[in-house]
Amino acid sequence: MLNYTIRRLLMLIPVLLGMTIIVFSIIHAIPGDPAEVILGEKASNSSKEALRKELKLDQPLLVQYGDYLKKLAAGDLGTSIRTREPISAEITPYLAATLELTLVAMAFAVFFGVNAGILSAWKQNSWFDYLSMLIALIGVSMPIFWLGLMEQWLFALELKWLPSIGRMNARDPVESVTNLYLIDSLLSGRADQFWTVVKHLILPGIALGTIPMAIIARMTRSSMLEVLRSDYIRTAKAKGLSQMFIIYKHALRNAFIPVLTVIGLQFGLLLGGAVLTETIFAWPGVGRYIFDAIASRDYPVIQSGILIIAFIFVLINLLVDLLYAAVDPRINFK
Amino acid sequence: MNKWYKPGAALVLASVLTLTGCSGSDNAGNSPGSSPASSSSSPAPSGTPADSSATSQDTLITARGGDSAALDASIVTDGESLKVTQQIFEGLLDYKPGTTEIQPKLAESYEVSPDGLTYTFKLRQGVKFSDGTDFNADAVVFNFTRWSDPKSEFKFEGDSFDYYDSMFGPDGSRVIKEVTAVDPGTVKFVLNQPQAPFLQNIAMPPFGIGSPTAIKEKKDKFKSEPVGTGPFVFKEWKRNDSITVEKNPTYWQQGLPKLNKVVFKVIPDNSARFTALQNGEIDLMEGVNPDDLKTLEGNADLQKIVRASFNIGYLGFNIKKKPFDNPKVRVALNYAVNKEAIIQAFYGGLAEPAVNPMPPSTLGYNKDVQDYPYDLEKAKQLLAEAGYPSGLPEEMTFYAMPVARPYMPDGKKVAEAIQADFAKIGVKTKIESPEWATYLDDVKKGEKDDLFMLGWTGDNGDPDNFLFTLLHKDAIGSNNYSFYSNDEVNKLLSEGQSETDSAKREELYKQAQVLIKQDAPWIPLVHSTPLLAGSAKLAGYTPSPTGSEPYTEIYFK
Repeated sequence: MLNYTIRRLLMLIPVLLGMTIIVFSIIHAIPGDPAEVILGEKASNSSKEALRKELKLDQPLLVQYGDYLKKLAAGDLGTSIRTREPISAEITPYLAATLELTLVAMAFAVFFGVNAGILSAWKQNSWFDYLSMLIALIGVSMPIFWLGLMEQWLFALELKWLPSIGRMNARDPVESVTNLYLIDSLLSGRADQFWTVVKHLILPGIALGTIPMAIIARMTRSSMLEVLRSDYIRTAKAKGLSQMFIIYKHALRNAFIPVLTVIGLQFGLLLGGAVLTETIFAWPGVGRYIFDAIASRDYPVIQSGILIIAFIFVLINLLVDLLYAAVDPRINFK
Repeated sequence: MNKWYKPGAALVLASVLTLTGCSGSDNAGNSPGSSPASSSSSPAPSGTPADSSATSQDTLITARGGDSAALDASIVTDGESLKVTQQIFEGLLDYKPGTTEIQPKLAESYEVSPDGLTYTFKLRQGVKFSDGTDFNADAVVFNFTRWSDPKSEFKFEGDSFDYYDSMFGPDGSRVIKEVTAVDPGTVKFVLNQPQAPFLQNIAMPPFGIGSPTAIKEKKDKFKSEPVGTGPFVFKEWKRNDSITVEKNPTYWQQGLPKLNKVVFKVIPDNSARFTALQNGEIDLMEGVNPDDLKTLEGNADLQKIVRASFNIGYLGFNIKKKPFDNPKVRVALNYAVNKEAIIQAFYGGLAEPAVNPMPPSTLGYNKDVQDYPYDLEKAKQLLAEAGYPSGLPEEMTFYAMPVARPYMPDGKKVAEAIQADFAKIGVKTKIESPEWATYLDDVKKGEKDDLFMLGWTGDNGDPDNFLFTLLHKDAIGSNNYSFYSNDEVNKLLSEGQSETDSAKREELYKQAQVLIKQDAPWIPLVHSTPLLAGSAKLAGYTPSPTGSEPYTEIYFK
C-alpha cells in the first residue's frame, strides 16, 4: 500500500509537467495582449511596452517557459500581472472558499444522490424510481446559471429565507483565520455567525451539487440493480435480515466502488470548475480567479492556478483509489 | 414490497425536512418586528425594512461587478480601483460633486503666472495623513517626484504611473519641469510648456497624495495597504470579495464623513446584484440591467440613481480598409443608423443620441453641428454617388463588443439592430464578437475588422481627453482605432493642448468638431447615463460624471 502510494505520487511529476506544457502552449496560442487588457485603454503605449519587457513577453516562448519552470522548481508560483501579488499568497483564500463550497455541495450530492439511487434500485419501476430518475435527468441537464438565479428568486427574493449572494453578511464579517468561514466563525466563538455562514452556503451548495447529485443517483441505481440481483442478497433476504441491514451493509458495500469513482471525479471537477456558481453567487473562489485571469491574460495566474487545480484533482483520484481497498478488502495494491 | 420502501423514504424525507426546517426556523426567528438585538445577531437574510431601520444604519454596502486591481491611486488605471482610492486619497484639487468643475481640496487656493508656466498652490493647514504624518509641501513634492522620476526608489517593482505619463507627458517630454516646496504651506509647479487643462488634470483622482511615511515603510505593500488624507481609512481587502474602509477619525473636515464604514462588495452578475439589493443585503449598486428598470421604479424601498452622462459609445470605421477610406461611404452609413430606436430598445431610454465625439457637457462642445438624420433613402443615394448604386459588393466584418460597458450595455444586440438597417441599404455585414482581449488586439491592428464598436468615458471634463485621445494622428496605435488622420484636425487639436485662453481654445475644438463630422470617421451612437440603484433611505449621494466619487456626504435617512 505504501509502495503503491509512493509510486503514484512519483507519477504525479510527469503528469504535472505535461500539464504545464499544455497550459503554456494554449495560453500563448490564444490571441490578445496582457499589457493591453491589464493596463487598459487609458495607459500609454510606452508603459505597455515596459510591461511587455518586464513580463519578458518579447522573449522567445521557450525562454519564457524555461524561466517559468525554473521558478516553479524553486517553489515560486509567480506573481499576478494584474494585482502584482504573489500567487501563492493570493490563491489560498480562493482555494479555501472553493473547498468550503465544494464540501457542502458534495455532501448534499452524495447524501441525496446515493439514497435516491438506492431507493430507485430497491423499488425499481415504482413511481419513486420514475420520479427520482426524472429528477436526475433534469438535474444532469439543468443549466446551473438558470438554477442559481431561480434559487435566488425563490428563496431570497420571494420567501426571504436565505441570503442571495456571498459567503457572509457584509455587515458582520467573519474574522478570517483559516478562510474556511465555518471554522473561523466557531474559532471566534460566534454561533450566530456560524449559522449565518451555513445559510450562505445552502443555495450555492445546492446549485453546485445538483449535477453531481444526479450523476451519483444514476450511477448508484444501476450499480445497486446489479448487486441486488445477486444470489447472496437473496440468501440474506431468505435469512430474514432487516431490509436496512441488507441494503446498507450487504448491497451498498459491493455497489459502492463505481459510485466512489464518480464521487471522486465530481469532487475534483467541482474544485476547479465552479465558475458559473461562483459568478452567480458572488463566491470569491478559485474558479472565478482563474476565469478572470484568462479574460485579462494574466498568464502566471492561469498557469499556476490550473497547475494547482490539476494537482488537487490527481491527489483526489489517488485518494479514491486508496479508498477502494478500504471499501472492498479484496482489492489489494501491490 | 411496500415495507422495503418505508425506511428509505423516511430517510430521504427526514433529510429534506432538515434542510427546509433550517430555513423555516430561521425565518421565524428573524421575522419583522424582532427586537434590534436579535436582528443584529443574524441580520443577513431578512432584509426587511423593519430589520435595518431598527438600528440607525451607518455602514454602506455598495456592490459592483469587478474587484480593484490595486489601491495605490497613482499606479492604477481601472475605474474599479479608483472608486475605492477616492475614499482614501485626496488631491490638491477635486471636482465639485456631480460636475467636472474644479474646486480646492488639499490646496486652499492657487495662482497662475501670466505666461501659464508657473502654478503656486497654498496648502490647507493642519491636515494629517491617517497614519499621523503631517500633510505639507514636502509630502506633495515627494509624491510628484515619485511619479515623475523614472529612477525613484519608491517606484516599486511593477509600478507604472500611467495616468501621470498620459496627462503630464511620458519621460522625455514631461509637462511638469519641477515641483518645489516654497515653504511648508506652499508648493510651486514650473512647467516646460503651458498646458491648458493643467488644473483639470491635477484634480484627477490618480493624483491623490499618499503618506510619504507609509510609502517609505510599506514599499510595494503600499498598493494593498494605502494611506492618505481622505475621509475613510483602509481596513481590509478580501480579494474578489470585498474591500472595507472605515471613517477617518482625524479627518480635516469637521463632522465628515457621515458614514462609519463602507464595504465595496464584488457581485459579478448584474441580476444577482439586483436581487441582493432587493433582498437588503447591499445598499447601493452599479450596473442595473435596463430590463430591471421597471422593477426598480415599482419598488418603494429602492431608488433609481442616475450618473450624469459623460461618455460616448460609437461605431468606428476602419479607414485603412476599402471602401471606408471614402468619406462619402462613411457619411452614407451615418444616415442609416436609427439612434433613437437603439436607445429605446437597449438603453431603457437612458441615453441621448450622440452627434459629436464628446458629450455635450464638455468644454467647447459644438451645438451647431447637425447630426445626420435617420434617412435610408439619402443613405442609398450617397452610396450610389460614391459608386455603389446597388450597395457594397462585399460583406463587411462588424466587430461587436463582447463585454458590457456603461456606454454599450449589450454590444451584440445593438450590432444586430444596426446590421438590419445596413442591410436595407445594401450593406451586408457579418457580426463577430471575439472575447475582449482578442477584440482589442484585433481592432488595434485593424486587419480583421471593417467596422467596430468602442467607447470612452471622460476622465476630467476636458475636450482634449476625448478629441486628441481618440482622433488625433498621434493616437493611432493607442486609442485612435479608426486610423483617422486629418492634418487640419491634427493641427487644431495640438494647438488646443497649449492654448491657455479659454475662449480661443473653445473655438479650436468647435472647428475640429465640424471637420470631424464632415469626415465621419465614426458613427457616434450615444451618450449614456449609467444607471445605479440604492436603498430608498440612502441620501447625500451625488454621482460624478467621471465614474467615481468620494462617499463623504452619504448617509442613511
